[in-house]
Amino acid sequence: MSFNWCLTPISVLRRDLLLTLRRPAELMTTLFFFIIVVSLFPLGIGPQPELLREIAPGVLWVAALLASLLALPRLFAADHADGTLEQLALAPQPLSLIVFAKLVAHWLTTGLPLTLLAPLIALQFDLPASATWVLVGSLALGTPIFGAIGAVGAALTLGLRGGGVLTAVLVLPLYIPALIFGAGAVEATLGGLDAGGHLSLLAALTVFTLTFAPWAAAAAVRISLD
Amino acid sequence: MAIHWFKYASPASFYGLAGPMIPWFAGAAVVTTLLGLYIGLVLAPTDFQQGDSYRIIYIHVPAAWMGMFTYLVMAGWAAAGLVFNTRLSGMMVQALAPTGALFTFIALWTGAFWGRPTWGAYWVWDARLTSTLILLFLYIGYMALRASIDDPRRADRAGALLTLVGVVNIPIIYFSVKWWNTLHQGASVKPGSSSMATVMLTGMLVMAFAAWMYTIAISLARVRSIIVEREQHSAWVGELLVAEETAGTSGDVQRSKGETAR
Repeated sequence: MSFNWCLTPISVLRRDLLLTLRRPAELMTTLFFFIIVVSLFPLGIGPQPELLREIAPGVLWVAALLASLLALPRLFAADHADGTLEQLALAPQPLSLIVFAKLVAHWLTTGLPLTLLAPLIALQFDLPASATWVLVGSLALGTPIFGAIGAVGAALTLGLRGGGVLTAVLVLPLYIPALIFGAGAVEATLGGLDAGGHLSLLAALTVFTLTFAPWAAAAAVRISLD
Repeated sequence: MAIHWFKYASPASFYGLAGPMIPWFAGAAVVTTLLGLYIGLVLAPTDFQQGDSYRIIYIHVPAAWMGMFTYLVMAGWAAAGLVFNTRLSGMMVQALAPTGALFTFIALWTGAFWGRPTWGAYWVWDARLTSTLILLFLYIGYMALRASIDDPRRADRAGALLTLVGVVNIPIIYFSVKWWNTLHQGASVKPGSSSMATVMLTGMLVMAFAAWMYTIAISLARVRSIIVEREQHSAWVGELLVAEETAGTSGDVQRSKGETAR
């Protein structure tokens, strides 16, 4: 009988999606956090449209980054608490593949909604349509990086004191390249430049991260389960 | 005859090996620091552009080099620890981290003091400054992770993984910050863009050597403390402590190395 190596990852993906959709409040909290953080900036800085348009790429990207960060505990914490994670680690399928399935489910319920919500918030900052499209594209490319690198940090801090803040300290420095290229792409469009270079680098970073981060995260899960 | 490298992977034998090496490296650090400062502060001429303020280079550049290099050494030990599962590797990573963070901090601090007279600002978002700051964040992340894990073996492995993830990211961070910087702001003043006088370069290299010696000495001393702390329930540390107690002075720990370096 042939060994079905993708069976467990696919059922993990289905299960994670189902669990999140059955408790939509968690998902909505992340989205509202994103909206609220972004809305704070005009209140703190002032309502001048030119200024807001100038800071919009950075503000939207940093807010999306923080919202993704807050969603990270959802990846492993519940499964770690009820022992599911140990069973997954015992599965004959590679743990990195299972982690990858969890990352896909996580992105579908965090990164994708944030990306889809971004144009709406871009309106608040009076971003032109061209920059808004680039913003959506860059967030779609960049949010998987937040999940993938964040998975390593979330797995390393499983069951530790002050897990959430600790995860932030570990992964935020590693988010910087994605932030630079993502916000840079929108800024370039605003300045009338071509965003292609930024987006290509961001896409390369996404591919690189999605290739290696699942392994690192799987290793981190095994370390935490020992 | 082949050298038994793994003999010194045992904390007990490394403790004995490290002890006698510390005074030599510490002595070399003191001598080269004095020599380097003499070359830098007395022999080297005043810079025609920056005046005497450039002399902070003798602290700044060696500290920056050491801060970066220490992270690479940590990553090397981290990889060795994950591959060979040796306990000493994790202890070495732990021992190196504070020194690396210290040098990175010194590099930033002296850079700010140097930037004020030359650039007119304590801080500019120059690529090298920014990536050094991020390097400091990586050190802090490692130490924060270690501090919150009670089981030292798990802390070793988790810290090793984090260090390796960090070292893979360092070139990416460096180049992204560099490109970000060139896109954002105009050319900032680059120190040392002109070729350096030989005597200045000599002073800097001697100081860099001093930083190496200091790092080796202090991390060996620290790893010995870590070994004793972690192995406190083992028989050999018990014997060591008894020997120390009977000898009376703490300096006599050295004497017991004969028994421990089996």
